[in-house]
Amino acid sequence: MSLLLKSRLLAGAAAWMLLSGAGLCPAHAADQALLAAQSEVTFVAKQLGVPLDGKFKTFSAQTAFDPKSPQTSKIAFTVDLGSVALNADADAELVKPDWFNTPRFPKATFQSTAIKALGGGRFEVAGKLAIKGNARDLVVPVQLKQAGGLSTATGSFALKRLDFKIGEGDWSDTSVVANDVQVKFKLVLQGVPAM
Amino acid sequence: MQKSGQNPSIQRYTLTAMVLHWVLAVAILTAFFVGLTVDDMPLSPAKLKLINWHKWAGISILLLSVLRLLWRLAHRPPALPGSIQQTMPGWQTKAYHATHHLMYLLFFVVPLLGWAYSSAKGYPIVWFGVLPLPDLMPVNKEIAESIKELHGLAAWGLIGLVALHVAAALKHQFIDKDGLISRMLPGR
Repeated sequence: MSLLLKSRLLAGAAAWMLLSGAGLCPAHAADQALLAAQSEVTFVAKQLGVPLDGKFKTFSAQTAFDPKSPQTSKIAFTVDLGSVALNADADAELVKPDWFNTPRFPKATFQSTAIKALGGGRFEVAGKLAIKGNARDLVVPVQLKQAGGLSTATGSFALKRLDFKIGEGDWSDTSVVANDVQVKFKLVLQGVPAM
Repeated sequence: MQKSGQNPSIQRYTLTAMVLHWVLAVAILTAFFVGLTVDDMPLSPAKLKLINWHKWAGISILLLSVLRLLWRLAHRPPALPGSIQQTMPGWQTKAYHATHHLMYLLFFVVPLLGWAYSSAKGYPIVWFGVLPLPDLMPVNKEIAESIKELHGLAAWGLIGLVALHVAAALKHQFIDKDGLISRMLPGR
């Protein structure tokens, strides 16, 4: 590679970084990372009135979040549905076609479309939640706390499992498994700018 | 003249005791057969419904049995008629008391084991889908399986005693023709 080409490439890269990274983006997506080991995604499903606590063991996030500039921030979140952990009987069942159908739809995704600051570290994250090939608009209230360089986002929302065809056929009977599923999350992020 | 199988000198149980006896008889037999059926069913919404009905019935049986025991302590069962006391062999009197005491023991043991099994399995009981009951023990898969065995054994034990109890009642009614069964039947 000639010296000229090298320097041109370097200049190009520098210009691109200036435009896309430091220049235009409020937050540096590449700098932000989810600390999965400290984070959790849990849910409560009701079976004939009995609350059953479950969680997802594997999930990831791509965030470009600046609390000072929520309108230009973006959050993408992915949950590995096969990592569901409720109890041994349920876990074997939930991956089947009537439920998550993980062979065909291994992941649930959330992509933010608009983030609003409500003050006091509270945000309203609107976006699209897609599970099992069904997408629904969703607004999630999020509480952000920052300490020691880490940002912790917590929140919860209810989803209707039948909106996403989770539990088909005989299992769509909501007197057995309630339609409402409460989802809770705690996401610990590194590299989010200070509030 | 007395009707066959009727004995006017027999002292009856109280009406409350009779109601509790017959309601619990139906409830226990139903819960037993639902329990047996559910055990062989593959997972389905119907199975989950039956399991929960079985649990609700079991807790109801436990509660009614507490009431029944308290009632029994406050209103002692009538003594066996003198004629029966005199003719019945000693071993039968012993068996009569032992069967009743063991049945009462199992009225509590069987539902409590079922409750503990549910807790150990990680499914809290919500009575009739409304009232959450406390867990009797922490979740533990291995212990859950052992408790399930015990629950089943105790239930079979109870059903065995019930069969013996029914056989004895029928024997008194149709062989001895002493009208003992009218102690547990409302009437004039």
